[in-house]
Amino acid sequence: MAEVIWGLATSHVPSIGAAMDRGKTEDPAWKALFDGYAPARAWLAEHRPDVAIVVYNDHANGIDLDFVPTFGLGTAERYEIADEGFGRRPVPDVIGDPELSLHLVESLVDEDFDLTVFQELHVDHGFTVPLSVWTPDPGDAWPCPVIPLLVNVIQYPQPRAARCYALGQALGRAITSYPKDITVGVLGTGGMSHQLAGARAGFINPEFDAMWMQAIENDPAELAALSREELIRQAGSEGIELIMWLVMRGAMNDRVTKVHSDYFVPASNTAAGIALFDNRVARPA
Amino acid sequence: MSTDTGAGRLDLPGTPVFDGDTSRRGLRMNKLFMSLRDAGNRERFLADEAAYCREFGVTAEQEKAVLDRDWQAMIDLGGSIFYVYKLAMLDGRSMQYLGGVFTGMGEEDFLAAMRAGGRRDG
Repeated sequence: MAEVIWGLATSHVPSIGAAMDRGKTEDPAWKALFDGYAPARAWLAEHRPDVAIVVYNDHANGIDLDFVPTFGLGTAERYEIADEGFGRRPVPDVIGDPELSLHLVESLVDEDFDLTVFQELHVDHGFTVPLSVWTPDPGDAWPCPVIPLLVNVIQYPQPRAARCYALGQALGRAITSYPKDITVGVLGTGGMSHQLAGARAGFINPEFDAMWMQAIENDPAELAALSREELIRQAGSEGIELIMWLVMRGAMNDRVTKVHSDYFVPASNTAAGIALFDNRVARPA
Repeated sequence: MSTDTGAGRLDLPGTPVFDGDTSRRGLRMNKLFMSLRDAGNRERFLADEAAYCREFGVTAEQEKAVLDRDWQAMIDLGGSIFYVYKLAMLDGRSMQYLGGVFTGMGEEDFLAAMRAGGRRDG
């Protein structure tokens, strides 16, 4: 069987990728953010999975508003990096794992999660920035094959938080039922509190973010009970992206061990959070 | 349990919610913004913005908002911020610049507020 060995939650703000691509990680505006990533990166470098799954949303790059799939899964052998309008990021294309993807699709559909299947998909910053947070210098290739799991968070009604958590739990079961003995890392991306448009643009809610950071580890069911309206009110119209963290968390065990977390304001107009959890069952000392 | 009922529109002060009705009204304009990812399209747009707007079939109001770079109007007329941002990037404008417009603060003050930890309710 396959096993989820870790879960990583991280913001996917495009300017985080741009700061890395332009060598600005030591600039005063960015240094604290990247210093805050260092312990997670060091641990992740020692715990490379065989496959990773990135739960993310597209931002008008891989798909447009002709189709708004609530949930989608990539089944391709390869995912090209999208050109978002200013040239593609200088990072490698993504190698997929179609065999695991097709197993996940079948398992999830059997559990009544009727995902849209993407046989071709250009992945944007929502996908590549989390990979860069994990692996700042990938060289010619990312550390392992990666599978995209898409969630609609930009057009209301987004899926309910509870549905995202349930999808994560089904994803965890689907991974466990995979016949190959492989290890899997799951990334939940987006957030934390932020709002880009309207008179409330620039909204940040550190108290809500701190509550979320605690509960994602110890009481994700409490977060899954939040309504869309409450999420938009408390985390901002774009902060609702945090529901994608619940997919990641749902795929993990009830009890996880926190490896590292950090919080930084502002990454562009956003509160940036990172949280890394070890999913392996604690062994007796 | 979640309290989502599916009925009625969210009405949160200062918070545009990009819902299905908004997306339907803004579809042609958002498709125009999406097309600006392509360098050839950016050239054609800049050469004759009004003609490009007509090609995409946007409304007269939307065309005026695009030509005037009236960012608030683009949002009000169905623009998604992620799509509108494609036009802002073409103009060399940042998300902080747009934040300065939407809040009426101006880019410099908006940026300062973000660096001071962001804006709060009330």
